[in-house]
Amino acid sequence: MKKKVLEVNNLSVSFHTYGGEVQAVRDVNFDVHEGETLAIVGESGSGKSVTVQSIMRLIAMPPGELKSGEVKLDGEELTAKSDKQMEAIRGKEMGMIFQDPMTSLNPTMRIGKQITEGLIKHQNMSKDEAKKRGIDLLKLVGIPNPERRIKQFPHEFSGGMRQRAMIAIALSCNPRVLIADEPTTALDVTIQAQILDLLKNLQEETNTAVVLITHDLGVVANSASRVAVMYGGKIVETGTVDEIFYKAKHPYTWGLLGSMPKLHEENETLQSIPGTPPDLKDPPKGCPFTARCPFAMKVCEGNMPDYTEITDTHKAACWLQDERAPKVDPPENVLAGGTE
Amino acid sequence: MFRFLLKRFGYIIVSLFFIVTITFFMMQAAPGGPFASERKLPPKIEEQMNEAYGLNDPFYVQYFDYLVGIAKWDFGPSFAYKGQSVNDIISRSFPYSLIMGLEAIFLALSIGILLGVIAALYHNKFGDYFAMIFAVLGISVPSFILATILQYVFALKLQVLPIAKFDSFAHTILPSIALATTPLAFIARLMRSSMLDVLNSDYIKTAKAKGLSGRVTIYRHGIRNAILPVVSYLGPLVVAILTGSFIIEKIFSIPGLGNEFVESVTNRDYTVIMGTTVFFSILLLVSILIVDIIYGMIDPRIKITGKQEGDV
Amino acid sequence: MSQTSLNQSDFEPIEIKSSEAEKIAGESTSYWKDAWRRFRKNKLAMASIVVIIFLAIMAALGTVLSGQNYYDNDLINANKPMSGEHWFGTDNLGRDLFTRTWYGARISLFIGLAAAFIDLVVGVIWGSISGYIGGKVDEYMMRIADILTGLPYLLVVVLLTVILPKGLFSIILAMTITGWINMARIVRGEVFRLKTQEYVLAAKSLGSNTLRIMWKHLIPNMLGPIIVTLTLTVPTAIFTEAFLSFLGLGVPQPQASWGTMTSDALDSLRYYPYQLFFPAFFICLTMLAFNVIGDGLRDALDPKDRR
Repeated sequence: MKKKVLEVNNLSVSFHTYGGEVQAVRDVNFDVHEGETLAIVGESGSGKSVTVQSIMRLIAMPPGELKSGEVKLDGEELTAKSDKQMEAIRGKEMGMIFQDPMTSLNPTMRIGKQITEGLIKHQNMSKDEAKKRGIDLLKLVGIPNPERRIKQFPHEFSGGMRQRAMIAIALSCNPRVLIADEPTTALDVTIQAQILDLLKNLQEETNTAVVLITHDLGVVANSASRVAVMYGGKIVETGTVDEIFYKAKHPYTWGLLGSMPKLHEENETLQSIPGTPPDLKDPPKGCPFTARCPFAMKVCEGNMPDYTEITDTHKAACWLQDERAPKVDPPENVLAGGTE
Repeated sequence: MFRFLLKRFGYIIVSLFFIVTITFFMMQAAPGGPFASERKLPPKIEEQMNEAYGLNDPFYVQYFDYLVGIAKWDFGPSFAYKGQSVNDIISRSFPYSLIMGLEAIFLALSIGILLGVIAALYHNKFGDYFAMIFAVLGISVPSFILATILQYVFALKLQVLPIAKFDSFAHTILPSIALATTPLAFIARLMRSSMLDVLNSDYIKTAKAKGLSGRVTIYRHGIRNAILPVVSYLGPLVVAILTGSFIIEKIFSIPGLGNEFVESVTNRDYTVIMGTTVFFSILLLVSILIVDIIYGMIDPRIKITGKQEGDV
Repeated sequence: MSQTSLNQSDFEPIEIKSSEAEKIAGESTSYWKDAWRRFRKNKLAMASIVVIIFLAIMAALGTVLSGQNYYDNDLINANKPMSGEHWFGTDNLGRDLFTRTWYGARISLFIGLAAAFIDLVVGVIWGSISGYIGGKVDEYMMRIADILTGLPYLLVVVLLTVILPKGLFSIILAMTITGWINMARIVRGEVFRLKTQEYVLAAKSLGSNTLRIMWKHLIPNMLGPIIVTLTLTVPTAIFTEAFLSFLGLGVPQPQASWGTMTSDALDSLRYYPYQLFFPAFFICLTMLAFNVIGDGLRDALDPKDRR
């Protein structure tokens, strides 16, 4: 087994707002190994972005608050570190790519400078060295004419180019972990695949651990090795890609799979999950999915299920896994290989 | 760049033409002739003076003469100050206004931006409340009241600064402060809200994710972007300083152009009113041009070329 | 959450009430209710409303309270300090300053409100026509506005007072002749923004006529920015009046406004500073109150900008 790079234990993050405390992330656990891609999947508001941004400590506090939990990078605990110490880790050990490449680059600064400032800070490079490395990086992420491009401003780049530049920035110091927060959501479909391929190739070269946030299971199937499904600030199911796509146990995962279009099946109507996510200002005591779950039981309302280990890698938090629960089959045609 | 300047100069000329025309006809519509308010002149002399100043010509001839005069940078004679031309008055008084105006602009920009940045960085904390209370007071206390208070406290009571006139740097302190306060407060508020926008933007998150320190993030990535709205405000700032000078120069008895304008209005010295108005307009149009050039230098998205749409 | 305390009956399925699942999380309130809730929390703005109401009452009744009038000269009692008889003292002509202050409040507030109201009417009409029709009409209407604002506002107002006869209505006319442009620009921008939005397009495709669309869909949705602009126009107008008075271009004697009173007091500032205090204080207080209310309204009405 490869080395464990990032480990998140019992992470809980809240925001203090007008209406009260929003418990955006509640008791989240996961880990990522070298050269592996962990996808965190869930609908908007499920707490995916907050989770990764608190790992990087990019959440403004206040209004945010780290309620509990630890984040370990190569076994080293990060939550206890000072802001100054975190600066030395961000960008160097952990790189991050954001959702919208149109707004995540500084519009008044040349691309070159935006790439090199991390290098100058973390690698003690001179300006010239950094520039040379910047050109190499642009070439690496597939930007033609890097010598000319490095002198340009973001508005002279297309959306896909900007995301490539963002990847160059995030990878500039060869980080141990790359966090990609919906890196393809804002891009055209044709560009999406290019960016995902690029990420995959670069990961194979550098052996970086990648945490990929997405709400698109199609993205997951192509690029992740393991998947964590988040709902209502909690991880409800986690497993390898095969386990999630073929042997999912949680009704929410079924719902997600059912709402994904499948190419080779005809006459398929896309299913939706009725209802809306719970209000995290006052999260339900029990399973957060109860109100929308077609298999909800009495027990679900008041009690949060523990994780049931189905295999070493596959865990689900659902009362259906209890031996006393009625046997329930997933809806037809939901699991990719379910009803052959 | 050259095409841009050419186009902008064309635009300035057209605007000036409209402004000259509007003011000329406004002054034509004003009640009474230029010598009406003077002590009764013997009819013969009045006739001669009208003749000498070309006031007997039909108004379109006068209008045409005036346009030609402006084109040759000749604003005509003053009616109230015998033997002086409007050009004399402007070149005599403008330097005072210029010095005071530049001091006030410097004050308003430097302190306004500083306050705005502090307020944004200490958002919803003491620094923010302090800066914003200061700003709302600055906007609500009219410059002439502030000027009077400053004069009363620092010149009359404490006697640390001169009360009026314009002979040394010390004389410029109180009027510059009085002139600068309202625009300063505007700039502080503008800077605060744009800084808050920038601090919440994605590229600041990117900068932090690179591991840049808070200070570097704010200086390198924050302020330069946040300052853009303040640069756009430079035009209105020049206007505020200019019109503010009417009253401040009067209170502090500064022989500047603003004071001359007010005098000419009270004396109904029409050529001086028109001349100063046109001069103010030129000043304003040129400063707006300069502001646009500065903006183009700070924001790479704005191209200074003749082709650009929407740069007029 | 211990597993053992559960019994078999807990594992019976329950119906999900679809209505409950569809319930939108969190309390939802209407835009105006929500805005009012936010505005009410703003203590400064609430206090400012009280101040304005107080000033309005005093403007209406102040001249009666003192039992004096604003124009009677009484040279024997000139420049008297505050006393039981003259609560704010007297000016250099022996006129009662308390009475003059509240008479001035009437003039200053009237000018402020009248100018704001005229700006509102002209600006909304001009702006919505320009924005709604668009195209060439919009271009010409906005060009006219551009030319009118080519000159600084205060400069234009001063020039106009030169050619207009002296008096209250000339001042208001001078102030509003270009003052409405700001409102027109804001309204035009809003109309432009709103008219391309789906619900307006939907109303159009359902055959609503222009007036109905304006009245039912556009006006209610632009009300926020309009109210804010209107509130912030009042202090500008009060300032402009005072500015003119200070230059000797204000309301003619023996009428008083806070501006003329400030200007009068300046001559005797060295000996009778109290004469400056009251008019200056009330100008500042009024402008402050309107500015704070305007800011409060902006924060309350624009939920995007909740800070």
